[in-house]
Amino acid sequence: MMLEMNTRRALQGHIATPRFETPFHPRIAAISETSDWYTWAGYKAPHSVFDEELEYFAIRSTAALFDISPMVKYRIAGPDAERYLNRLTVRNVAKLSTGRVHYTAWCDDHGHVLDDGTLFRLSADTFRLCCQERHLPWLLDSAIGFDVGIEEETMQIAGLALQGPTSFAVLSNAGFDCIERLKPFQLADFPHEDGSVTISRTGFTGDLGYELFVPAEAALSLWDRLWTAGQLHGIRAIGYAALNRARIEAGFIVANADFMTAETALRADRARMPDEIGLEWLVDTEKPNFNGRKAILEARRNQTLKHVLVGLEIEGNIPADGAIIYHRKKHEAGLVSAAIWSPLAKRNIAIASLTRPYGTRLTEDLWVEIYALRELQYQKMMKRARIVPRPFIKLDRRAAAPPGLF
Amino acid sequence: MKKCDVVMIGGGHNGLVAACYLQRAGLDVLVLEKNDWVGGAATSRELTPGFLYSNCSYVCSLFRPEIMRDLELPKHGLQVIAYEGGAVFTRDGDYIASYRDHDSHRREFARYSKRDAEAYDRYARDVTRQCRFIQPLLMRTAPDPFSFKPRDISELLYLGKKFGEFSAHDMAQTLRFWTMSISDFLDEYFETDVIKAYLALSGIIGTALGAMSPGTAYVLLHHYMGEVDGSVGAWGYARGGMGAVTQALASSFQASGGTIRTGADVARVMTRSGRATGVVLADGEEVRGNLVVSNADVKRTFLKLVEEDALPETFVHRVKHFKMRGSSGKLNIALDSLPEFPALPKNSSCIRGDLHFTDSMERMERAYDDWKAGRYSADPFVDMVIPTTLDPTMAPPGKHFMSCFVQYCPPQIEGRDWTDADRDAFADTVVSQIADYSPGFRDRILHMEVRTPHEIETEVGLTEGNIFQGELTFDQLLFNRPVPGYAQYRSPVPGLYLCGSSTHPGGGVMGAPGRNAAAEILRDLKLKPAEMSPAHDVI
Repeated sequence: MMLEMNTRRALQGHIATPRFETPFHPRIAAISETSDWYTWAGYKAPHSVFDEELEYFAIRSTAALFDISPMVKYRIAGPDAERYLNRLTVRNVAKLSTGRVHYTAWCDDHGHVLDDGTLFRLSADTFRLCCQERHLPWLLDSAIGFDVGIEEETMQIAGLALQGPTSFAVLSNAGFDCIERLKPFQLADFPHEDGSVTISRTGFTGDLGYELFVPAEAALSLWDRLWTAGQLHGIRAIGYAALNRARIEAGFIVANADFMTAETALRADRARMPDEIGLEWLVDTEKPNFNGRKAILEARRNQTLKHVLVGLEIEGNIPADGAIIYHRKKHEAGLVSAAIWSPLAKRNIAIASLTRPYGTRLTEDLWVEIYALRELQYQKMMKRARIVPRPFIKLDRRAAAPPGLF
Repeated sequence: MKKCDVVMIGGGHNGLVAACYLQRAGLDVLVLEKNDWVGGAATSRELTPGFLYSNCSYVCSLFRPEIMRDLELPKHGLQVIAYEGGAVFTRDGDYIASYRDHDSHRREFARYSKRDAEAYDRYARDVTRQCRFIQPLLMRTAPDPFSFKPRDISELLYLGKKFGEFSAHDMAQTLRFWTMSISDFLDEYFETDVIKAYLALSGIIGTALGAMSPGTAYVLLHHYMGEVDGSVGAWGYARGGMGAVTQALASSFQASGGTIRTGADVARVMTRSGRATGVVLADGEEVRGNLVVSNADVKRTFLKLVEEDALPETFVHRVKHFKMRGSSGKLNIALDSLPEFPALPKNSSCIRGDLHFTDSMERMERAYDDWKAGRYSADPFVDMVIPTTLDPTMAPPGKHFMSCFVQYCPPQIEGRDWTDADRDAFADTVVSQIADYSPGFRDRILHMEVRTPHEIETEVGLTEGNIFQGELTFDQLLFNRPVPGYAQYRSPVPGLYLCGSSTHPGGGVMGAPGRNAAAEILRDLKLKPAEMSPAHDVI
């Protein structure tokens, strides 16, 4: 449906600000010391706020506030919502009870991953899907024959991640009663101002943490409430650079960074099946129908899966991002897509894609070729890499119930 | 006059490209141009003092950067400036713009439909995939599938290998893309009429087909596979107008020792014992050459310049039926000041891009209906640009040159010749369309040149004024362009070659036909080009 003339005209002004500001922008801009912005899905987002490294330690030692408003959000509601999502995504939505969240992925007919994301079951018939890329045509076309409505609500809903050991203390101090009852992957509505805020015990850091969603109008009052409550608990605002370190330690992958999504890949061989990016555990083969099922099962049966995503521990302390991986220092075996020195694990870690049989049958004698540019000279190194399980770090506080106050 | 190695009939961009490569390979090349200036359909002409008109082609994207480099065109003054976006005005007083910035582009589409806004990425990806397949083929001679020469077989294998890099789904998509209508193609992605009308433009431009005619999806692709400095699909203005392209070529050609004769209208190709030996000019002068290369279109070359008895019957039949129908006109306008479009926001970048007024597929198709009935469109489709918003060299400060490409416009009106009154009335359909969206537009006009297919044919020499030297439909591409068995720039007459847009890979100011023709000629002469870059890698 083409939008009404008046609606369209009211939106003409978007071009004056090609980088939109999120609902939290006034607060972040006010405390930003680095003025270090990048563009995230058309929004001005902080790469850092005061110091990338210290921001990382805020995640691991106190509480970090990270604005996730630019994340793409779809509201999926209707009598057939569960049935629809069960056909759309690889995981079993019938097992996702109301008030819970799960991480999932969805595929095209060839079994290639279109995106990964989190699915929130807000009520029996209402869901929110959060993801990195935009999928409205795919979601709408998939809905043919289902009694379900799909709304893109990225702009309308502001999102905040509050992560770190004192995040529970912050929420508790902010007066969110019964927040201690939330277990990992649970969500609930809490009163805020005249309305409510949806808080889930989820996050992208592998730490104790929460994600909060409110209508955009209530964003600033929510920020202020957390900020005030967090003063005695070391709350800091952080940018993506710090979050990225934490997510690598937690072993999480990022769409179009660690794998190419099927709809954005220009080159046919870049698309990946769930089993090729470490998401095989999401695929519920018991489900009779879901998109990509046939192709995934065939690939498993015929052993035609071409890639595998692994965690690596690399000797030394030089991060290996973008490095080529070799078998026996000779045969090209894959590529590192994300790498850091992990302050928490005190190890040099990486997320990498290998071309099978490297990483499946051939798991020993892997090497990483690192080119470290130091004062206009490349230091070339061949370092041994070992496949290790993800996550690279495990924190008891993440899943503690009730969570600790620290 | 001494006999030269190569006589080039026509100094259009492809003729000059071929001439440059041949001259640089050590041949002695003479370019004969009937007009008093070179350039063919890539010219900048001062038709009113102080203003340069790109009076045929008007934007640049397809011209191959490999050729610019080989022939040192930057040194000879060529500069191409990318422009951003553009807009189509809607009848309800709004507009829809396209922006270079990805997110702005999405938000603009979302003003009309959130779905279409998010569908654009999928559309762009699919079109880009097809462009990536075709781009490397532009700079290669099309293989002849019926010849069993090793080279043709290896070229076919190359084609097969490129195709094999596609998934099965993409292969099917390619075949559909090459044959379906732009309207059907866009329906698979978008729901909003005005968005489809905006994007469909590239599928019908210069083509005597409607947006609903099969084959027009490829025409769109043809307009997307250009680039400005690696930005694939981007369009730009040649600084100084499109004549800057051919002026740079002419300068490069002359710098390497080539000779250009203007005012030299070729009337006939001379043959002896069935072999081309030179040409006869309109005034009877004979110009002899070891080889003759024609930059003229395939119809003009073989139906006007070569005696029919020198040609095989089937060949002549095919040439006669090669589709090269006039469908476009052009208004070139000198403006006293920059026109205002109240629908656009102040300081909108759209004014520096391409602007249109056709906001529905039905209007587009109705415009075509008029052409089928032998009339110019009462409600034409106009592609309007104002290059002087970015190029200060084409008009005095504060004044502007506006180019309006107009479709559809027949070579004859209901079977009779154009009259001055027809031409004025045709121009008025365009001017009044613009004036509907730009108050006071008429008062800004200082001078205007109106070109129907008749003027384009008379001046440039393009049969029926067809801008592509033959339509870009699948039946007239690759080894079928222009005639099966003669798609490798050679002709049934030994010593006579074609190098214009009638040959693979077709029209647009691309230069690839001229370059590929030069490669084949040099191959026949067992000579090596001084420098001929292969197509840039598509990685």
